[in-house]
Amino acid sequence: MIRLLWRDITLAFRSGGGFGLGLGFFLILVTLVPFGVGPDGEMLSAIAPGILWVGALLACLLSLDRIFALDFEDGSLDLLATAPIPLEGVVAMKALAHWITTGLPLVIAAPALGFLLHLDSAAYRWLIVTLLIGTPALSFIGSFGAALTVGLKRGGLLMSLLVLPLYIPTLIFGAEVVRRGAGGFLVATPLAMQAGITLGAIALLPFAAAAAIRVALR
Amino acid sequence: MSLISVKDLTVSRGGMPVLEGLSFAVSAGEVLVLRGPNGSGKTTLLRTLAGLQPPYAGEVTAEPESVAYAAHADGLKATLSVAENLGFWAGVYGGHDIEPAIQHFNLDALRDRPAGNLSAGQKRRLGLARLMVTGRPIWVLDEPTVSLDAASVMLFASAVKAHVAAGGAAVIATHIDLGFEETVFDVTPFKARMDVVRDDFDEAFL
Repeated sequence: MIRLLWRDITLAFRSGGGFGLGLGFFLILVTLVPFGVGPDGEMLSAIAPGILWVGALLACLLSLDRIFALDFEDGSLDLLATAPIPLEGVVAMKALAHWITTGLPLVIAAPALGFLLHLDSAAYRWLIVTLLIGTPALSFIGSFGAALTVGLKRGGLLMSLLVLPLYIPTLIFGAEVVRRGAGGFLVATPLAMQAGITLGAIALLPFAAAAAIRVALR
Repeated sequence: MSLISVKDLTVSRGGMPVLEGLSFAVSAGEVLVLRGPNGSGKTTLLRTLAGLQPPYAGEVTAEPESVAYAAHADGLKATLSVAENLGFWAGVYGGHDIEPAIQHFNLDALRDRPAGNLSAGQKRRLGLARLMVTGRPIWVLDEPTVSLDAASVMLFASAVKAHVAAGGAAVIATHIDLGFEETVFDVTPFKARMDVVRDDFDEAFL
């Protein structure tokens, strides 16, 4: 399974692999917002947590449909399904690879972009913590959506419609933690809720996604 | 003792049965060649044997994880080199050495070439070389010789011969004569009858 993780990461970094697609989108979105809403520092710092979280979420969504579609098209998914590793493990490794190549760079880039949005200095810590806790949920929920639409050509729209409602709790709790952190309030409750969603997604969704892929391969 | 056997098997595609009443067994050292016109259900049968889809009725008996499947798509990544592609599959199947496979299929000179730059026949050779690194006893092959030239077909045939001589078995759907002792199984007489009313569960929905 480590081989699969390593292959997916290698593929992402090779030409046409899509590494940097999410990150680039995130950079563009966050740098454009101050131009759109004006340079008023107070307003920017008020909307910063929400913008950063919405940006991270959409950036994750952008590369989701590639998780299984490429392997489905070139036949690798058939071969992986007959390989000695369980399909649940395949899904989990591919979701993990997606997080490492998409979610993790967002976590690292977010503080620099928070600066552009006048994010309150007390909130940086919480921004990094929530993104670190929340983005794995985006990748695992997304892998489930990608698995449901794997047999469809151009399944991206349907996948977005399926996945976005499932992303909302992560978004709400993530942005809430950052907002509370900026105001100096207690953050334990939303943080625990978000961590719970992430752990639940990691524990359950690989099984659902593997079942969806088995149906798609018939 | 047969490596893989099917009993009264019905296979379906999109919820519609395509072949029914199939019964055969393949023992170690045996090659079963499936014949039948296009669309007769050879691929569906092979996918069922490989465990990619459940039988519609009847049963397939084989040791778990004993089948290596190769279909029209070779499962190659265009941006990985020949050795990386093969090394990945070898790793997935438990770390067999890739050297014998590379040598056998004449891929040594192409070792560091990205798979995306290979010709169709070279890709096919790499896809077939994958079978040798799986270490699985039963090869289930769907039209393995598509886009291979005569010399490569001989390479492939000798790989299959070596495999069955070492106690393996192969089930191959092909239209050409590969020149080894084989049992030919024509699927045409087993075409499923369409006029029979079956249970009304809509499997196509799944």
